[in-house]
Amino acid sequence: MNYLASVGSYAIMIREVFKKPTKWRIMKSLIFKEIDELIFSSLGIIIFISFFIGAVVAIQTALNLTNPLIPRDLIGFATRQSVILEFAPTFVSIIMAGKVGSYITSSIGTMRVTEQIDALEVMGVNSLNYLVFPKIIAMLFYPFAIAISMYVGIFGGWMAGVFGGFLTSEDFAMGLQSDFVPFHIAYAFVKTLIFAFVIATVPSFHGFYMKGGALEVGKASTTSFVWTSVVIIILNYILTQLLLG
Amino acid sequence: MIEVRDIHKSFGEAHILKGITTTFEKGKTNLVIGQSGSGKTVFLKCLLGLFVPEDGGIAYDGKLYSEHTDDEKRDLRQEMGMVFQGSALFDSMTVEGNVMFPLEMFTKQSKSEMKDRVDAVLKRVNLVDAHHKFPSEISGGMQKRVAIARAIVMNPKYLFCDEPNSGLDPKTAIVIDDLIKEITEEYNITTVINTHDMNSVMQIGEKIIFLKDGLLEWEGTKNEIFKTNNEAVTNFVYSSDLFKKVRQMYIQEQN
Repeated sequence: MNYLASVGSYAIMIREVFKKPTKWRIMKSLIFKEIDELIFSSLGIIIFISFFIGAVVAIQTALNLTNPLIPRDLIGFATRQSVILEFAPTFVSIIMAGKVGSYITSSIGTMRVTEQIDALEVMGVNSLNYLVFPKIIAMLFYPFAIAISMYVGIFGGWMAGVFGGFLTSEDFAMGLQSDFVPFHIAYAFVKTLIFAFVIATVPSFHGFYMKGGALEVGKASTTSFVWTSVVIIILNYILTQLLLG
Repeated sequence: MIEVRDIHKSFGEAHILKGITTTFEKGKTNLVIGQSGSGKTVFLKCLLGLFVPEDGGIAYDGKLYSEHTDDEKRDLRQEMGMVFQGSALFDSMTVEGNVMFPLEMFTKQSKSEMKDRVDAVLKRVNLVDAHHKFPSEISGGMQKRVAIARAIVMNPKYLFCDEPNSGLDPKTAIVIDDLIKEITEEYNITTVINTHDMNSVMQIGEKIIFLKDGLLEWEGTKNEIFKTNNEAVTNFVYSSDLFKKVRQMYIQEQN
């Protein structure tokens, strides 16, 4: 019953976010600030993780190709498919649920605890629009980060495959190009956009409606990470079934 | 002027405000006192329009809050200034940014006009060198002054303060009390202060209301509070030996 009430509160929160907009002059600067904090500051970790994930996928695939009849270019193919379909959009989104999500929950939660949200409300500011809307808009740039993740992941696979002596550059390039389905890219970016909305709003919900003090801010951040991950994983299943099934 | 007309407020089974009727006049410092759990904060939030009473109403300059349209309610909110217990300054903004925030949000003033207004109110609260500091870089007393500056920057008609002296040393508390009283008179504002601080009661309490269990138990001035025989008020106000002696001295002086 509590879960159902939370879903209802979340829906009401989303409606309020788009009501009574903040002055564009102020909103513009908030959006730029959030793009910097949510997207640019995450690029380092995204690039780092993507590179090594791509590399590990290539090595794992190479080590499992024991049958000499299977061509070595399958390593390039498997790396491309794994990185584009799952690792970049889903795995990186789970990482972002931890990094960006906990930042969002703790920053909004701290504002709640220190009465800064009450101060906004008393002034007549739509606090949900002021705090959450810029995050949603900033996360529209998240697919660019995922595009970088895809590129770096495949590059990591190439590095590990070629410099690990598992295949040649030509084989890897051939594998990358074989059986390419452009719709897979569209599928990956549709998922990414929906995950971006989840990463912006679910942690905001946990921060905005939290009660208590500093300890509860920490607890809310943990709960927010768990629920954001759960929602991403369930949506990943549903979207895969709908778009590829 | 704010007229509170028989307001009731409940949360589930808990009946917090049980019919409070009173008036807060313009240009006066009105104090709301009472023990923890007496309903002071809920009462203040009703005055701010954050809670809507189930019964009764609150009239601002003769017009009930419930009779305002949504746009009028928004305009009314902009005529209210609030000083929170913990100051509630925005951590990510400098002192200047905090005070300028309501102007940026609700006015069409140019940057230089806003800056002039911010300079004027910061000067009024005796903060001239803190413009570019962040809230974490200034003392609690200075934070309260910034909160007061932010509350008055829009020239409000009504000023609400929730425990403005909490966490401050006695000397700074007196400075904040005096500042609130001076601003109330200077700007002719209707000021309502929630407080536990008996020094504030004695110093700036032009009108005092005492809440007990959600009811208005007593109301009067700071001079009347010395003479009252209301047991609940005397038990609360004169709970310390120091104030008991002050009261005895006052009564002896009057006799």
